[in-house]
Amino acid sequence: MERIPILRMGPFLLITIQVDMHDKLAMQLQDDVAQRISDWGSSGVLIDISSLEIVDSFIGRMLANIAAMSRVLGADTVVVGMQPAVAITLVELGMSLPGVRTALNVESGMELLYGTLGTYLGAAHDRSEV
Amino acid sequence: MSNLGEIISRNEEAIRADWMKHMTSSVQRADLISKVELEEQSKDLLKAIVRGVSSGQPDDPSGPAWSTARELLQDISASRARQGFTPSETATFVLSLKQPLLAVIRRDLSGSQDELFDAIWKSTALLDKLSLITIETFMATREEVISRQQQELLELSTPVVKLWDGILALPIIGTLDSSRTQVVMEELLQTVVATNSRFAIIDITGVPTVDTLVAQHLLKTITAARLMGAECIISGVRPQIAQTIVHLGINLEDVITKAKLADAFALALQKSGRTVVRVSGAPSGNAVTATLQKEG
Repeated sequence: MERIPILRMGPFLLITIQVDMHDKLAMQLQDDVAQRISDWGSSGVLIDISSLEIVDSFIGRMLANIAAMSRVLGADTVVVGMQPAVAITLVELGMSLPGVRTALNVESGMELLYGTLGTYLGAAHDRSEV
Repeated sequence: MSNLGEIISRNEEAIRADWMKHMTSSVQRADLISKVELEEQSKDLLKAIVRGVSSGQPDDPSGPAWSTARELLQDISASRARQGFTPSETATFVLSLKQPLLAVIRRDLSGSQDELFDAIWKSTALLDKLSLITIETFMATREEVISRQQQELLELSTPVVKLWDGILALPIIGTLDSSRTQVVMEELLQTVVATNSRFAIIDITGVPTVDTLVAQHLLKTITAARLMGAECIISGVRPQIAQTIVHLGINLEDVITKAKLADAFALALQKSGRTVVRVSGAPSGNAVTATLQKEG
């Protein structure tokens, strides 16, 4: 069955959505993310949706769900690279994704994750120099 | 009914001279149109009318024989609409032909009462129809001008400017309605992506009033920018607008607002880890010598 790959990058999970999302794929992704966070004890999830061009309320809810779920499991979620059209569509659908943090690209998203990790753990701040 | 056409073509010169005389007071606007041009227009129009009247349908200007006259009239009234004539001034151009025409008809047909009445009725109906064409074209031209200006306003009034590396400013001039919000939002988000900017300052100094609808449009834009990873700061909130926002109970608590664009810019610089310092030894108050340093 088709799956969206979840990569492990140190304490974080990196998810790049590069295909058109359909509902089954979204459900599967939610399950996988929850499973991986608990398996690997990740402290952050970065979802890159820069290739996502079509979005509906279900995908919007999936993003919000992943963020909420991750927070329960102790991980921060950053959504990066949202296209203007996708952002406008989500706002028009009334989904402002209040619990989700956002960044312009993967680079600044990673900075954001390292930044929060630094404030949480203090000692891990050295990582941002790597 | 080529009778009418005959009368007009026979007396063309006299009618035109008389027409010009009648026009002088009400139609001639020396500031907008020259006398030579006006004479030219009347001459052409009268010729076209003669051609129309001499055809099969002397009293129906929608027929094919009238196409020259119609086009001529449409051209004339369209150019008047652009030059700034009033609708009555434009209509009077055609209507002032009535008196000279009737005078000629009366002189030539004074022998027969029936013929006289018939010719008068036909020419009156004809001129009324022609003046209606004039007014319709006049209105259409005006509406065209208005809609073009609206479109221009929509495109011109939403520039997104780059203040610093990673900091954009969007000065909004005029009221935000749904269609403008759409244009503004798209423009801003596209520039955010293109310039990779983390901060966008929306300056509403030029927005005359902020009601619930405008605030909602602003919030939509800010939310969309946040979804993409850019932070918005609203600046240029005037005292009256601040009062209106509070009185209307609009919730802007999740949005950073500043009174001046300068304050918002300073905040954006600070948030991106920069500070403005003056070069030592430079004359005070000279803003040009100020340099920006990235905090280590």
